[in-house]
Amino acid sequence: MRHIISLLMENEAGALSRVAGLFSARAYNIESLTVAPTEDATLSRMTIVTTGSEDVIEQITKQLNKLVDVIKVMDLTDGLHIERELMLVKVKAVGAGREEMKRTADIFRGRIIDVTDATYTIELTGTGSKLDAFLEAIDPAFIIETVRTGASGIGRGERSLKV
Amino acid sequence: MIYCQFMEATGAEIVVRCLAEEGVEFVFGYPGGAVLNIYDEIFKQNKFKHVLVRHEQAAVHAADAYARATGRVGVALVTSGPGVTNAVTGIATAYMDSIPIVVVTGQVPTPAIGLDAFQEVDTVGITRPCVKHNFLVKDVKDLAVTMKKAFIIAATGRPGPVVVDVPKDVTAHLTEFDYPATVEMRSYNPVVKGHSGQLKRAVQMLLEAKRPMIYAGGGVVLGDASPQLAELTRLLGFPVTNTLMGLGGYPATDKQNLGMLGMHGTYEANMAMQHCDVLLAVGARFDDRVIGNPAHFAREQRRIIHVDIDPSSISKRVKVDVPIVGDVQNVLTDMLALLKQAKEKPDAAALNAWWTQIELWRSRNCLKYNQNSPIIKPQYVVEKLWEVTKGDAFITSDVGQHQMWAAQYYKFDKPRRWINSGGLGTMGVGLPYAMGVQLAHPDAQVACITGESSIQMCIQELSTCKQYRIPIKVVTLNNRYMGMVRQWQEFFYGSRYAESYMESLPDFVKLAEAYGHVGMRIDKPGDVEAALKEAFSPALKERLVFMDFQTDQTENVFPMVEGGKGLSEMILAEEL
Ligand SMILES: Cc1cc2nc3c(=O)[nH]c(=O)nc-3n(C[C@H](O)[C@H](O)[C@H](O)COP(=O)(O)OP(=O)(O)OC[C@H]3O[C@@H](n4cnc5c(N)ncnc54)[C@H](O)[C@@H]3O)c2cc1C
Ligand SMILES: Cc1ncc(C[n+]2csc(CCOP(=O)(O)OP(=O)(O)O)c2C)c(N)n1
Ligand SMILES: [Mg+2]
Repeated sequence: MRHIISLLMENEAGALSRVAGLFSARAYNIESLTVAPTEDATLSRMTIVTTGSEDVIEQITKQLNKLVDVIKVMDLTDGLHIERELMLVKVKAVGAGREEMKRTADIFRGRIIDVTDATYTIELTGTGSKLDAFLEAIDPAFIIETVRTGASGIGRGERSLKV
Repeated sequence: MIYCQFMEATGAEIVVRCLAEEGVEFVFGYPGGAVLNIYDEIFKQNKFKHVLVRHEQAAVHAADAYARATGRVGVALVTSGPGVTNAVTGIATAYMDSIPIVVVTGQVPTPAIGLDAFQEVDTVGITRPCVKHNFLVKDVKDLAVTMKKAFIIAATGRPGPVVVDVPKDVTAHLTEFDYPATVEMRSYNPVVKGHSGQLKRAVQMLLEAKRPMIYAGGGVVLGDASPQLAELTRLLGFPVTNTLMGLGGYPATDKQNLGMLGMHGTYEANMAMQHCDVLLAVGARFDDRVIGNPAHFAREQRRIIHVDIDPSSISKRVKVDVPIVGDVQNVLTDMLALLKQAKEKPDAAALNAWWTQIELWRSRNCLKYNQNSPIIKPQYVVEKLWEVTKGDAFITSDVGQHQMWAAQYYKFDKPRRWINSGGLGTMGVGLPYAMGVQLAHPDAQVACITGESSIQMCIQELSTCKQYRIPIKVVTLNNRYMGMVRQWQEFFYGSRYAESYMESLPDFVKLAEAYGHVGMRIDKPGDVEAALKEAFSPALKERLVFMDFQTDQTENVFPMVEGGKGLSEMILAEEL
């Protein structure tokens, strides 16, 4: 099963490598990992997308909690949550395909943020699967480059991860 | 001790003062460029003693053994680069067995970090997977607080090694020294009290048991909970087994103790473990050497209560029914209180029948061996050692067959007496472990049970023992083989003994003498007892005695659970 794990940790040098090292040392999967400081600059917020059986996910959350720098861990997938990822796609936009590309981007609520005679650069946000769906909706031959941030997540409603 | 607070001090002075404030008795170390400022401060002080080893690996092992034998944090000090890489084996060894140590490492000056400077290694990176935590101190202002954190983290919760990496320029920089009494860490708060609801469920389950079993591990020793374990076990009348790391956590000579369990555990302990209906696991981590094939273990129905301070130890390899996160001493104390209040008593009839079954298993006498051999049997040496030392010595061991015989035949009645590397299984620990133990307990009898292969991995420490007059007794069970490897090759590789023999062995008697010690070679069973008595006699009390026992080359360790087999599928000596 796919799980989105959110955590808060001390914003110290090497914090990211402790988490990354844990995943490689224990052979856990990482689909994506994003990290940045929060409004409190002493804290880093990390979102990790991983897959594994329930037992493995249980071990992952326990092992993350065990890291001395980690303050809180939450498995977002345990409850209602919002997941967002940002993608930038550079595509060929020539001839009839140019209009078609704009229409498809509109359908997915994408924004064209850079234009040349021959290309569009499209910005899209959404869940990972929405971004996948966009890439499937366009002709792969048109794709020049894609950049994805990996997922960020947050609990719905009152559900929050705070110190 | 009173230091003038708020006076400026260098980083080096601060390191030394922090160690003094922590009440450190010994620092095991080896100097080098990056730590010269620290050594200069050590030279000027007399609060603690520095023990100069002959290899950094031994410094960490000795600090680790000091911690195991006393329950206090052990301290080692090494220089940057090769000093650190040499120390890594020691750090990983302590990590696997959850031993509290602080290792201070020198680092190149901060401006040189990352420039492939002379003797630079990424210490924090190299040690990250084998420490509980590590720090690189870039600002002298953080040094005292970091040292305090290091001691707190090492000793609390599930203990473990902490590395503090100090760049050379930081040891020269000045700041005000103020050693905090404690430090709050919002990210680090180990749970120590057991959950009361879980405790009640556990007690209920114990009282309902028909075929109960207590499985006690290293956590009982680390958490100093032997008295509580003994009280609980006796109150309930249940059988108990110890892991290799838990030996001495419950007296070995007590009737209720079934001995060690696991790969080389006793028949009765393994059978009881497999066939119990309620299992109380305390401070033990269901290691693969302990439960054998987990699928086979899961075939029998049993309910499991697991007490451990580290949530990640629980349901890692074996699913449990009642997890209790907390300090073993606290949890057992709470359990005892609940048991004493309870109206129900353990089911006496069921317990009787269970003990009858256990005694039947015990009557297989799985540790018997040939007492009439004309060649020295290694088991016999350990048994005699137990007799000669009246079962009251501190025993360290190396890794191999001799380690298993030490565990099986030296009956440990007290905790912190058995000092060995279980998790990493590091050959070479025996001699430096004995140094750390003897320094911690100068008047105690300390013996190192070792093999002719293991002892050569840290043999240089005989020189340290001479310098500090450390009078340990080395008991070498010399089978001219890497016996444990040879045993596996005999069983699983058609007796093809690839590279597992020890040729060109030194003359250990002469070697011991060359280092300034007493050497003895013992060839006949009839001479074993006399040699041991002489070694432990008042005449040699102050001397290190190296005993080279020429033991049976073909002897194997039994019982044995082969890799992948179930716990109850043991090979016994008589079956071969
Ligand atoms: C050659 C060889 C053969 C071996 N054969 C065997 C064998 O036959 N049988 C055997 O048992 N082992 C054997 N071992 C050792 C084995 O590899 C493991 O090291 C050992 O079994 C682990 O012991 P343990 O489960 O007690 O855990 P430890 O490694 O001692 O871990 C302690 C546990 O207690 C917890 N803990 C620590 N402090 C506290 C506290 N205050 N409160 C609560 N919990 C706490 C920790 O979180 C941890 O889970 C062998 C090793 C070697 C090298
Ligand atoms: C540093 C290290 N290298 C290799 C091993 C693998 N190993 C385990 S036991 C053993 C042989 C030990 O031989 P010896 O010290 O003579 O003890 P014996 O088994 O003969 O009693 C070896 C090589 C190890 N545990 N540690
Ligand atoms: Mg040998």
